Amino acid sequence: MRILIVGGGMGGTILANNLARRLTAELRSGKVRLTMLSASERHMYQPGLLYLAIGRMTPDELYRDQASLLEPGIDFHVDPAEEFRLDKNQVKAKSGKVYDYDVLAIATGARPTPEEIPGLAENSEQFYTEETAIKMFRRLREFQGGKVVVAMGVPHKCPMAPLEIIFMMHDYFKDRGILDKVKLHYTYPIGRVHTLENVAKWAAPEMDRLGISYETMFNLKEVDGAKKIVKSEEGSETDYDLLISIPAHRGMEVIEKNGLGQRGWIPTHRHKLNMEGRENVFVLGDTTNLPISKAGSTAHFEAEVIGENIAALVKLGAPVREYDGKVFCFIEAGKDRATYAMFDYQNPPQPRAPTRAVHWFKVAYNRLYWASARGLL
Amino acid sequence: MANRKTVDARGSFCPGPLMELIAAMKMVEVGDEIEVLSSDKGSASEIPQWLSKAKHEHLGTEEKSGVWHVLARRTH
Repeated sequence: MRILIVGGGMGGTILANNLARRLTAELRSGKVRLTMLSASERHMYQPGLLYLAIGRMTPDELYRDQASLLEPGIDFHVDPAEEFRLDKNQVKAKSGKVYDYDVLAIATGARPTPEEIPGLAENSEQFYTEETAIKMFRRLREFQGGKVVVAMGVPHKCPMAPLEIIFMMHDYFKDRGILDKVKLHYTYPIGRVHTLENVAKWAAPEMDRLGISYETMFNLKEVDGAKKIVKSEEGSETDYDLLISIPAHRGMEVIEKNGLGQRGWIPTHRHKLNMEGRENVFVLGDTTNLPISKAGSTAHFEAEVIGENIAALVKLGAPVREYDGKVFCFIEAGKDRATYAMFDYQNPPQPRAPTRAVHWFKVAYNRLYWASARGLL
Repeated sequence: MANRKTVDARGSFCPGPLMELIAAMKMVEVGDEIEVLSSDKGSASEIPQWLSKAKHEHLGTEEKSGVWHVLARRTH
């Protein structure tokens, strides 16, 4: 059986290593061939960008060589996919090489699209790429006071990031001794400060306590950089001195160009995780159109289910597990306290009060991630 | 005739049915309809509230076997 994984991010890497461990004998005997295509020779720990923007991680800490993370037996190529020929069970890559498969897994991820909101890219700071996160860090460091506004588009990767950045900036400015000169203002697209009701019930009083103002039902429409005003789809506007944005995301261009899914999100079965109408094509991570968080833990849990099912296809001829919608997200509540939210399709999260212990666990996870990507954690 | 897109947000706590609707608004043309399926009864009130504030049209809400079907039309 020829297994092809397209995408070398968190989901694709965990899946490849999971399969390599489950199918060691089959890979050695040649019964199974496991190939991975990635757009980069480096692997980025994307959650680290939040810490980079606030000066708590450095760029070198975000990367490892992709090949160093992969189990033996995985045929790895830096050769981004360009054409998905699903009817022929083939993927053509940038090099011109055509990769045949029996089972395909697509984990190409998502990309921020600030350019979709007039004025946003040029008038706001963001932390969803290395370049913009470094620029944001420098801007925060130079900031001497004024009104800081957080605004976002939908959908966005890492749904906890808006809360985390506002609380982390609070502590950042407090440590710099200029908090009394800074007015923090948070906006959010729906009628409460976070989409998870129980998280919102915790976060809103926390904002009140810290003197952070907020406006709900505020969806980014446009930014007037000359007047320093950000306007919402709902007709309101707010002025700013420093605008921090979380841009709306789309799936990758290659998905859209191949007509696999509108705005780059591939229609995916919520339990089986196969592309709708394609039994031998699996989709995981940000690439799915599922109504769950676009977060690393989602990709991780999906990868484990798909890994077990593809291995079962090889050994038993049928899948054995269904994905239950499990997601786990840390929530930084400042510089030294954090909580978490764990939920699935059936059970909402019940977040607890932030503690130092959870924060330090998150800091430890920032280092342990590389073991997680290797499939060891 | 208007197209209708269905957003199956059953079991969605995060991002949740309303966020899914807001994202779906970018995928349809003005005049098109979106039907949101939600297993959260809160959707029956919070989705129409947002539609009203964002000046889109709420065409109706119906509950069938524990699933709320909220129908909206993009108006701008």
